Amino acid sequence: MVKITFIQPDGSEQVVETEPGLTLMESAKMNDVPGIEAECGGACACATCHVYVDDAWREKTGTPSQMEEDMLDFAFDVREASRLSCQIKLTPELDGLIVRVPEKQF
Amino acid sequence: MNLNVSPSPAGAVIETDAVIIGAGPAGLFSVFELGLVDIKAHVVDILDKPGGQCAELYPEKPIYDIPGLPSVTGQDLINRLLQQIEPFGAQFHFSERVEVLERLPDERFRLKTDAGTEFITKVVVIAAGGGSFMPKRPPLTGIEAYEGTSVLYSVRRMEALRDKSVLIVGGGDSALDWTLNLQPLAKSLTLLHRRDEFRAAPHSVEKMRQLVASGAIRLMIGQVSAIHGTGDALEAATVKTKDGEERIDVDVMLPFFGLTMKLGPVADWGLQLHENLIPVDTEKFETSEKGIFAVGDINTYPGKLKLILSGFHEVALMAQQAAKYVYPDKKVLFQYTTSSSSLQKKLGVN
Repeated sequence: MVKITFIQPDGSEQVVETEPGLTLMESAKMNDVPGIEAECGGACACATCHVYVDDAWREKTGTPSQMEEDMLDFAFDVREASRLSCQIKLTPELDGLIVRVPEKQF
Repeated sequence: MNLNVSPSPAGAVIETDAVIIGAGPAGLFSVFELGLVDIKAHVVDILDKPGGQCAELYPEKPIYDIPGLPSVTGQDLINRLLQQIEPFGAQFHFSERVEVLERLPDERFRLKTDAGTEFITKVVVIAAGGGSFMPKRPPLTGIEAYEGTSVLYSVRRMEALRDKSVLIVGGGDSALDWTLNLQPLAKSLTLLHRRDEFRAAPHSVEKMRQLVASGAIRLMIGQVSAIHGTGDALEAATVKTKDGEERIDVDVMLPFFGLTMKLGPVADWGLQLHENLIPVDTEKFETSEKGIFAVGDINTYPGKLKLILSGFHEVALMAQQAAKYVYPDKKVLFQYTTSSSSLQKKLGVN
């Protein structure tokens, strides 16, 4: 089991329990986390599952691939900590992960 | 692939049996199933090519749940469907969006696109997937007021930008192409992108770099954080860069952040909707309006799965009912393509 905390722009927190092997986006959708749209269903083709990874976790979640970096061009208010949640595969090491949902996904 | 693509003359009225809205897999296979029951169709799509989400969102990605095709990419599936429907000679109308759909006194339907093409048809098949692909609107406060006048998502008339201070936002081919096209006539042009890397044709990037080096345009690395103006006239934009915020003069902003799907005009056609989807029965896949069908991702019914294969099934049943409207006096004989010589004749294989 992997525990993830999603923090909304208003500061409210939602802790979800999910399984390794799923992506962060899938875990968000399964738990109805608001603000994660994932219009393309996880194909890294829409940039509507944008999240900010908490600084303490950035090393563990890694850096975006070239394809993800290209797709982040289509996201709004992209920051150093920006990732597309469909491209983060959950592992036991990510238990406790904290991410922030952006104000808007377009 | 031979597609009958018609840039139909504005003002022309096309009389037909069926109009299919959407050229994704469900729309394309509608051509096939309608064709088998002798219904000729016109297909309208807002994109400039067939394929819908398969072509726009995941052309290179494999799909693993199409029966009989263990792995097929989005684009390959579309190519195969186009080949399969070729015998039926459907007429395609790309880069057009159906704006108006209304019933005529004689029970047929009138459709009109944003390009002015008009259809009179006996049945309508809505295969619009997630709705219309539309340019993404940057979520900047107050941007709606400027859209169409000083915030543009496409350029219809370049002349309108002569001697303007233009801000282009984005790093793909659209952003680069318009930077190169508009630079000669704009008063000033700033290209703004979040990183100093561009996902566009290398020769465009090279040309842009030369223009930056010669001082003809300005390249900024950052993002727009606010826009300012009066009424519908933009005056400035606040750009956030790693060195802080800068306010630059802007008459016209062109944001290029790709496409998103919105339900669009479907909502205005008087159809019953449920959470932006069109409820249908599971016998005919007909909407609340007789003669208007909805197939594929845009419909909903108990147990609905948004799968391409479900769309194919829906389309086959839809065509049976459509035949009853188009040929009210003809009994539809259920036949197999494997054994029916009349179906094989239609397919051009016999």
